[in-house]
Amino acid sequence: MTKQKKDEILIRVENLTKDFGDLKVLRGISQEIHVGEVVSIIGPSGSGKSTFLRCLNLLEKPSEGRIFFENVEITDKKINIDQHRQRMGMVFQHFNVFPNLSVLKNITITPILEKKVPKAEAERKACELLDKVGLLDKKDEFPRKLSGGQKQRLAIVRAMAMDPDVILFDEPTSALDPEMVKDVLEVIKDLALSGMTIVIVTHEMGFAREVSDRVLFMDEGVIQEEGTPEEIFGSPKNPRTMEFLSKVL
Amino acid sequence: MIENIMKIWNRYYFVFLQGLGGTLWLAAITVFFGTILGTVVALMRLSKSKLLHGITAAYIEILRGTPILLQLYFFWLLLPKVLPVRVSDTFCIIVALIVNSSSYVAEVIRAGIQAVDKGQTEAAKSLGMSDAHMMRYIILPQAVKNILPALGNEFIVMVKETSLASVFFVGELMTSYKTVQSTTFLAIPSLTIVGLIYFLVTFTLSKGIKFFEGRMRVSD
Repeated sequence: MTKQKKDEILIRVENLTKDFGDLKVLRGISQEIHVGEVVSIIGPSGSGKSTFLRCLNLLEKPSEGRIFFENVEITDKKINIDQHRQRMGMVFQHFNVFPNLSVLKNITITPILEKKVPKAEAERKACELLDKVGLLDKKDEFPRKLSGGQKQRLAIVRAMAMDPDVILFDEPTSALDPEMVKDVLEVIKDLALSGMTIVIVTHEMGFAREVSDRVLFMDEGVIQEEGTPEEIFGSPKNPRTMEFLSKVL
Repeated sequence: MIENIMKIWNRYYFVFLQGLGGTLWLAAITVFFGTILGTVVALMRLSKSKLLHGITAAYIEILRGTPILLQLYFFWLLLPKVLPVRVSDTFCIIVALIVNSSSYVAEVIRAGIQAVDKGQTEAAKSLGMSDAHMMRYIILPQAVKNILPALGNEFIVMVKETSLASVFFVGELMTSYKTVQSTTFLAIPSLTIVGLIYFLVTFTLSKGIKFFEGRMRVSD
């Protein structure tokens, strides 16, 4: 990637742990995400990748540790997390589009309600974004009429409409039929090229290798190894990374 | 026997129909206000506040754990004492029925809300939506589909339970039975007529709800 990377830190994670009862899912993670960076998180299932991602916008409450977003500690109980989440988009494995709202409303409802964007402007912007992902003709449909790939593109547009500073992707293509994966990955790739900061949990190794600035390999609740795609995929040093890659590549 | 039934019906049908009107009115008003109160109770029960959660849990458990007839007596005796204005028996009974119904409706609504896919909450939260907006625009509209059929059933239950109001001579179908029975001294034929009317109403309603449910499933 030839993309210019700034040194500014967007998200800083300090010694993050997460237990579900006796189960320790995250065992102390410290990490920094920089502005404009594309970070892929790979690793076997149950390694804590998704939990780590979901801790970043506090959908999962960390057991210990601190998370800073744009220099504000969002793990502080006194802050209003809703306002910070407006600048952290998230795209889910199962899309989670709103079935009771039209495609257009799915996108415009939050900007109108929470950021007080005028309706006309929100709709104009939504149409522009829908056009980019090839869904403009579906704007008045309800989500049940969309395919999985279309739903996921809608979910991405819905996140983008809030003008976030980072978008978190939680296995965005895992629930898709194989022929739909490419369309969705294209959209994410365009987003990456446009300079959006992205953290993505993925099983698409080719994609991670091609698009990422940095790859994190997680296993057993810790980041076992991190580096550029060339380093991780080309010459992994940790035996666990090697073992994992030998299974999936 | 059938002769007696026909005779009573021909002579007193207006009393029964008036009673039926009273029953439907009572059930409708109970379920309507019970739903409003029940929604408030359900939302309090789902709130993060431990205090609200505790209060509403106790409210629901007590109302569901004591006989409805006892509750009717309780409100019938208590309300005239504590309210500054004079209130009618009917008013006391309606309040008691609404409060009782709200506890059942609250559980129906809570279950309906909790049955909405958790991913919906997560998506709304991840966009930075406030809790109130999320409830109002995302969760409740989807929960309604789970709630409406159960509310229909609650209406059927109330049609039957309002018969207890006859204990306090509030105008409804069971009171009609008492009226006719005491003038004609023909208890069993009067009771049969009232029973048939109850059955026809609840049977029709439950068929209607099934039809409605089927239609909602198609539109999914």
